[in-house]
Amino acid sequence: MARYIIRRTISAMVTLILVSSLVFILLRKMPIEGYFHNFEKLTPSQINIGLENMGLNSPIHIQLWRFFSNLLKGDLGVSNKYRINFPISKLVAIKMPTSLFFGLMAMGLSLLLGIPLGMAMARSATSQNRIKTIDIAGSAYITLVQSIPKSIYHLFIQIYVTELVNKFTRLPFLYSANNPKTWVLPIISLSLSGIASYAMWTRRYMVDESSKDYTLLARAKGVSPAKISSRHIMRNAIVPLVQVMPSSFVGTFMGSLYVESRYSIPGMGGLLVEAIKRQDNTLVQALVLIYTALSIFAVLAGDIAMAAADPRIVLSKGGTR
Amino acid sequence: MAFSNNKIKAIVERLDKPATKGYDIIHRESLFSRAKTSPGLAEQPGYTGYAYWKSTLNIFKRNTVAMFCLVLIISITLFTFMQPFLPGHKDPAKIHNNESGMHYRNQPPSLQFLMGTNSIGQDLWSRTWAGARTSLVIGFAVSTIDTVLGVAMGIIWGFSRKIEWLFTELYNIFDNVPQTILLILASYILKPGILTIILALSLTGWLVTARFIRNQVVIIRNRDYNLASRCLGTPVWRMMLSNLAPYLVSVITLRMAMAVPVAISDEVFVSYIGLGLPQNIPSLGNLIISGIDKLLEPSLRHQIAFPALILSTVTVCFYVVGNAFADASDPRNHIY
Repeated sequence: MARYIIRRTISAMVTLILVSSLVFILLRKMPIEGYFHNFEKLTPSQINIGLENMGLNSPIHIQLWRFFSNLLKGDLGVSNKYRINFPISKLVAIKMPTSLFFGLMAMGLSLLLGIPLGMAMARSATSQNRIKTIDIAGSAYITLVQSIPKSIYHLFIQIYVTELVNKFTRLPFLYSANNPKTWVLPIISLSLSGIASYAMWTRRYMVDESSKDYTLLARAKGVSPAKISSRHIMRNAIVPLVQVMPSSFVGTFMGSLYVESRYSIPGMGGLLVEAIKRQDNTLVQALVLIYTALSIFAVLAGDIAMAAADPRIVLSKGGTR
Repeated sequence: MAFSNNKIKAIVERLDKPATKGYDIIHRESLFSRAKTSPGLAEQPGYTGYAYWKSTLNIFKRNTVAMFCLVLIISITLFTFMQPFLPGHKDPAKIHNNESGMHYRNQPPSLQFLMGTNSIGQDLWSRTWAGARTSLVIGFAVSTIDTVLGVAMGIIWGFSRKIEWLFTELYNIFDNVPQTILLILASYILKPGILTIILALSLTGWLVTARFIRNQVVIIRNRDYNLASRCLGTPVWRMMLSNLAPYLVSVITLRMAMAVPVAISDEVFVSYIGLGLPQNIPSLGNLIISGIDKLLEPSLRHQIAFPALILSTVTVCFYVVGNAFADASDPRNHIY
């Protein structure tokens, strides 16, 4: 196990360095006009001084080296466009908690509703009834939520639900930090896709498990269907679900671009896009690094969580846990 | 061997009758005759008359929702490509003016402008269909690149042991980077245009397809029946075609069908963040983004509702058809 984690961490570091360097080099290939807000008015020497000040005149490997050595000191650099000379680590520290709050609330709601929905669907799908109402209704919900683009349904939920609620009580369209009523709709919007995917996977794994021999045995012994599904099937079906949970947790750090921009929530959602549009290279660089690191960490954590949930899985070759 | 339906019916009728002594026994015996030995038939396995594509189509046809969606996709696709040739077609980029030279601004739907006009007097009906055309072209192109590249690479990945590590490392790198970031970076670095947007959207999808295919190939290539085929001297192309392909068809079609709606909604995403196609090329993404502000004005909502409806219909239908076809083409579902 320890060897496995070490090996995975090393390969994750290599990936991280490769990806960061690639992004770094690609960003340096962008036209230099983007670095200045008044490019047309500047003389060549002014441009040169500007580039020199931003450290963009040195050869690319020196810039790259500077970036990584600063990183080791825990310094992500300062933003050079988005908020001029504002430390990036501070910027992230201000914005991340908001995204994290909404993301975690939505994830909690998805788990709370998605897994029971999936269990109900699986029980309905494997039942003897001719018409499997719950399964059909749940599948229709999953299909719609997964196939209609997020951009569309977030938009329509915001406008129509807010209008509907406004018939009874006042509800502003936009988020406001000191009005908890405005938090509800973004959280519901965010959790719709999570509910659908948890329900879908729970249903699929439970249906798969319910045709296995141990289920048959439990049924033959006369265990009640409710007990079979909660005690026998669910424990096996939860294993693959455990694996994706760290990823969806880490996903909440990134925030949701659509929801945050529609409700103007000051989170992480639009930060990368904004940074890219303004060619704030240091910020793009730092964000890509943070997101990639988080995502690598999440995949690793998912594998470890899965091994912890299922004693049959052994991660390192030949070793016992 | 073979009984006609009438003959079976006759047997069942006779068996249902209460047995009268003597008479019935003789007749029952005469109903059966010895089958002739035939070397051709002896080669056939238990499921006589089984044909892969026939079974696939049969199962698919039984799914009425999926059939309906398929018809809808075909009609929408045909209509988007036929629409410019219909009589009374208006140029999607043309700005329409009334008699006094003013723009027809934000007109409600009427006979002249079926879906009304936008804020600068362009006809929304033709713009929406032109946009659907662009989006469908992008969707199909991305899906094709995804599938062709993915399947080719996946088969190489699955069969060759020498360069397996290269693919695996490549996959690990791409898999660890959030897709959204890659998409944002790619569409930023490549300047907007239909070709570059296709390139940006198909940057990583093929790798996922390749991995699916690779896993299937690795699982299937050493199965007993493949070993048997190899021992019997079946040529490699035939093994690939009749032993391997049926197992891959479901994966491939699913990926193909799913890539279309994903590409279409990614195009909306890229437009949403302002890195999409320029406004003079109508696409569903562009239309929806320029319609967002109109949502707050109830009388102008049709300007976004119509493109949104087309977009959702297309994505939902592809999703349903893809899943249904994947189920139907999986040979494990053919035993019934």
